[in-house]
Amino acid sequence: MTTAPPSPNRLTDQMKAGLDAPICLTWELTYACNLACVHCLSSSGRRDPRELDTAEAEAVIDELQRMQVFYVNIGGGEPTIRPDFFHLVDYAVDHGVGVKFSTNGSRIDADVARRLAGSDYIDIQLSIDGADAATNDAVRGEGSFATAIEAMEHLAAADFGEFKISVVMTRHNVAQLDAFQTLADRYGAQLRLTRLRPSGRGVDSWDELHLRAEQQVQLYHWLLDRPETLTGDSFFHLNALGPENLPGLNLCGAGRVVCLIDPVGDVYACPFVLHDEFRAGNVRDTGGFTRIWRESDLFTELREPQSAGACASCGEFDACQGGCMAAKFFTGLPLDGPDPECVTGHGELALASAGSIPSTTSDHSKPVRVALSPTRRQG
Amino acid sequence: MSVDLDQAWELNDQVALRPEPFGALAYHYGNRRLTFLRAHELVEVVERLAETTDVADAFDRAGVAETRRPAFLKALAALAAGDFIRPRTTATDSRGASTTDTEAA
Ligand SMILES: C[S@@+](CC[C@H](N)C(=O)[O-])C[C@H]1O[C@@H](n2cnc3c(N)ncnc32)[C@H](O)[C@@H]1O
Ligand code: SF4
Ligand code: SF4
Repeated sequence: MTTAPPSPNRLTDQMKAGLDAPICLTWELTYACNLACVHCLSSSGRRDPRELDTAEAEAVIDELQRMQVFYVNIGGGEPTIRPDFFHLVDYAVDHGVGVKFSTNGSRIDADVARRLAGSDYIDIQLSIDGADAATNDAVRGEGSFATAIEAMEHLAAADFGEFKISVVMTRHNVAQLDAFQTLADRYGAQLRLTRLRPSGRGVDSWDELHLRAEQQVQLYHWLLDRPETLTGDSFFHLNALGPENLPGLNLCGAGRVVCLIDPVGDVYACPFVLHDEFRAGNVRDTGGFTRIWRESDLFTELREPQSAGACASCGEFDACQGGCMAAKFFTGLPLDGPDPECVTGHGELALASAGSIPSTTSDHSKPVRVALSPTRRQG
Repeated sequence: MSVDLDQAWELNDQVALRPEPFGALAYHYGNRRLTFLRAHELVEVVERLAETTDVADAFDRAGVAETRRPAFLKALAALAAGDFIRPRTTATDSRGASTTDTEAA
């Protein structure tokens, strides 16, 4: 919602120039995870020994309170694995920082659900990537669908209220859009659909998972028909498909309204660019998070007017803004050109002559075990 | 919902304002809505609503020019619809369904 009395500047221009504090701050509490999803943007699995401890995490919350960051999106890794998870959530809420956390559901039992239902300032997002076990488990691992559904049952039984079911769109689940909505309705949940980025382990799985061109069109129309669907404003590159824009912010918010604090305190421009090139500093540095947000070279640079590069001559640039920086970076495309999933087809052309894909600088995947028997039969 | 000059309103106590170069960001902890107040005078009006006799008084004190008042009334109506401001006499409870959800862009 935007309240707009006389103001000469467009809101997006003001946002591009940066705000005094982020609107959308993601905080990954740990790299530890019980799952090993093939697309995991943070390549999670193993805990990092340099993880912020409880006192350091509290200090981050104190700082967020001083900056008036109204809420944080907590993720990971699987955040609920941290022994001090509930303490930190309570600490944040007590300090005026609302919490939305994302989880695979593995720790949401009946007791936890009751406990969570007791707070008005906690919002939960359960992740599934298929509307049935076969589709979901092919991405998130054997048994993960059943676990997530069980968590939903517990939340519903505890009268938690409206939680969110978050789905990353892939070519295998786009046919299940209506089924996801039905599932959400069954639990009184809100459906949230977001865009798959080639980040983390997604670098290796993106080619097989990302939407085909005709599926992007299908999704665009499905979303236009259901403006109440949450999307994290992640599909703005689809706006070039028609005269109508999807609701939400139409810009890359990296370092402008968005940023990420990772488990060891490193601050990145957005959750989808865990790479040294987009690391602005560490909350343990002098001046802390505030200084990084307001003064770091990287964020200052991201707030300067960006060149449209190869997109400048395309009539759709206003609609799609050139798309997602992370998607370009991790597919080896120049940051000032088309998105790899550019709906006019410019991205595919660019991919044909893309540079090499930057190698990862943050990988916490568990060591790969050699499979003794064929484990994946999915087609 | 409409807001008129002769009505008394106040900022919902579940709402926090954060100053920004363009005015302020307002966040409603109850319905988790976020909105942008895109004029410094509007921020002042909203902050002072509770201590003024009515909206016209709040406009006077914040120095809102006559020509801008219709637009400001519209802005206040939008804030009222989102439960950011409430009529001062009656208690209302309207938990909105819309949620702030900008993950990244
Ligand atoms: C990284 S997880 C962390 C929290 C928790 N472990 C979970 O799965 O919800 C946060 C969300 O990002 C989604 N995600 C993972 N990899 C992604 C990718 N490459 N692109 C877009 N979203 C991704 C997950 O499905 C999940 O909904
Ligand atoms: S996306 Fe999967 S692997 Fe990554 S943190 Fe969430 S549950 Fe773990
Ligand atoms: S890099 Fe992509 S995911 Fe990150 S803020 Fe920009 S558009 Fe959103």
